Amino acid sequence: MSEMNPAGGAIPAAPIISFDKVNKWYGNNFHVLRDIDLTVAKGERIVICGPSGSGKSTLIRCINRLEEHQQGHLIVDGIELADDVKAIDEVRKNVGMVFQQFNLFPHLTVLENLTLSPMWVSKIPKKEAEERAMMQLTRVRIAEQAEKYPLQLSGGQQQRVAIARALCLTPKIMLFDEPTSALDPEMVKEVLDVMIELANQGITMLCVTHEMAFAKAVADRVIFMDQGQIVEQNNPHDFFSNPQNERSRDFLSKILGH
Amino acid sequence: MSATLFAPIAARPAPVNTEGLMPWIKSNLFGDWKTALSSVVIGSLLLWYVPQFLHWALLTAAWAPNAEACRAPGVGACWGVVAEKYRLIILGRYPFEEQWRPVVATVLMVALLVASCTRAFWRPWLVVLWAVVLAIFFWLMYGNALGLAKVETDRWGGLPLTILLASLSIVMAFPIALVVALGRRSNLPAIRTFCTIYVELVRGVPLISVLFMASFMFPLFMPQGLTIDVLIRVLVGITLFAAAYMAEVIRGGLQAIPKGQLEAAATLGLSYWQTQRKIVLPQALAMVVPGIMNNFISIFKDTSLVTIVSLYELTGALGLALNSDANWRPFKIEGYLFIALIYFAFCFAMSRYSLWVEKQVNKGKVR
Repeated sequence: MSEMNPAGGAIPAAPIISFDKVNKWYGNNFHVLRDIDLTVAKGERIVICGPSGSGKSTLIRCINRLEEHQQGHLIVDGIELADDVKAIDEVRKNVGMVFQQFNLFPHLTVLENLTLSPMWVSKIPKKEAEERAMMQLTRVRIAEQAEKYPLQLSGGQQQRVAIARALCLTPKIMLFDEPTSALDPEMVKEVLDVMIELANQGITMLCVTHEMAFAKAVADRVIFMDQGQIVEQNNPHDFFSNPQNERSRDFLSKILGH
Repeated sequence: MSATLFAPIAARPAPVNTEGLMPWIKSNLFGDWKTALSSVVIGSLLLWYVPQFLHWALLTAAWAPNAEACRAPGVGACWGVVAEKYRLIILGRYPFEEQWRPVVATVLMVALLVASCTRAFWRPWLVVLWAVVLAIFFWLMYGNALGLAKVETDRWGGLPLTILLASLSIVMAFPIALVVALGRRSNLPAIRTFCTIYVELVRGVPLISVLFMASFMFPLFMPQGLTIDVLIRVLVGITLFAAAYMAEVIRGGLQAIPKGQLEAAATLGLSYWQTQRKIVLPQALAMVVPGIMNNFISIFKDTSLVTIVSLYELTGALGLALNSDANWRPFKIEGYLFIALIYFAFCFAMSRYSLWVEKQVNKGKVR
């Protein structure tokens, strides 16, 4: 199937995520996701931006079922997400997630944070799990902190540990939910550097962020959301230089305007 | 334009010395007029009462087990009462010539408790050790096997009974409390309702009425011929009572765990029980160590209420020892001070231990 993406090129590979008319409500009245249609190709790097409350986080949290959608179909890596718990577990094995607040486990050392899931979920022997963990820590350039506790590290270091922890699952898809928003300005770069490296290694990435430089550097596609809808999607060059929708134009003028 | 160089200012010591004894006294006891006033008032009260107490308790005290000497004018505390009655106070009505048995049993039990508090013993075989020591404890106390004469549980008493009731109900109440606390946060309405009803019902009645029910009401509902020993009934009563309170303390800790921790565990693929065991409970319990130790200490002291159903633990045994003896009855206060000291030793040890545990579990928070 040669679907065309809005940038004009053929999507390089089969879709790994597809949203089909996905809708979600919080309570009875807050319609947070409205008729979301989105296909993500294997290896594609997507940046999602938009004003707060626009549903960006909810959108990516649906992909690993931290949030349930109520209407429509959502298929991740060939598995439809519905109420089937086994299917959800299967999807989560292939989807890593990085949170705005890191969500490291403060009572475990960095190394224990990383080996927890491999040892208890994938039942990998401790020694092998630790070797793998050290490899990921080296990848995010923080191997020397392995024996420390998360709260003994700086924000940027913690977020890199969180990325390494997600990578220990050897996921096919990585979700980033505003990974740099809780960081001091001086630490944003060290996290973005790691993410850029990751992006260049061919993993499928969906990233909610307002770091436009990151979007320009690595994104294949930028998605702009507002009020639960996908307003515009385009390649970063065209999105930033020539936004098509007046809502996205307005948003860009506000975040880039000074 | 060339940039200005950054010139760091060298650190200097504070202008006023804040360390040492005199500055400490100045800032903590005489910081402002209110603290100074209360320091003076409390200080003079201490100066007035402490010497009087020491005069009574030590200088003019009678130490020999001689009731006549205690009654002599000018004599202060009569510690002779302890010297005379200590076996009855500490071991209750246990047959006199068999009293080595509760002593050995208690020493074993205390050793087991101390061992259980030590890191080196936190191994799976600790459970086996408990089973073995408890078996020996009951064999020594109850006898009726391997050459020991039978001693009915209603003859048990004093410190061995206090320690047995307290340690067993603590050890059994804790896991029940964990399950109930988790149950109250369950997604399944049936489990949640059941746990809530249990907690509310138990908290709605005083421990004394629970003990009465266990001791007098419960047998009425049992089929003819089937009896459960009153000690076991009382033990179950205290356990269920303590578990309800402890469950609420633990639930407080569970609620303090940020949602993000659960989400992170979910994205890592951990199951419900793995998440509780590896992520939620270690953090929740670490937060409520002081509250749980509160529960433990109050269980220890609440065991004194079992006197009401004719089980003569430490407090009850003291009454037993002195009430029936007109010679020594006037010196009850000394007897109470003696057992207060025993209670204090155990409670203080528990509270110190709790501080150590807090330090251990908060390692990750030390920057």
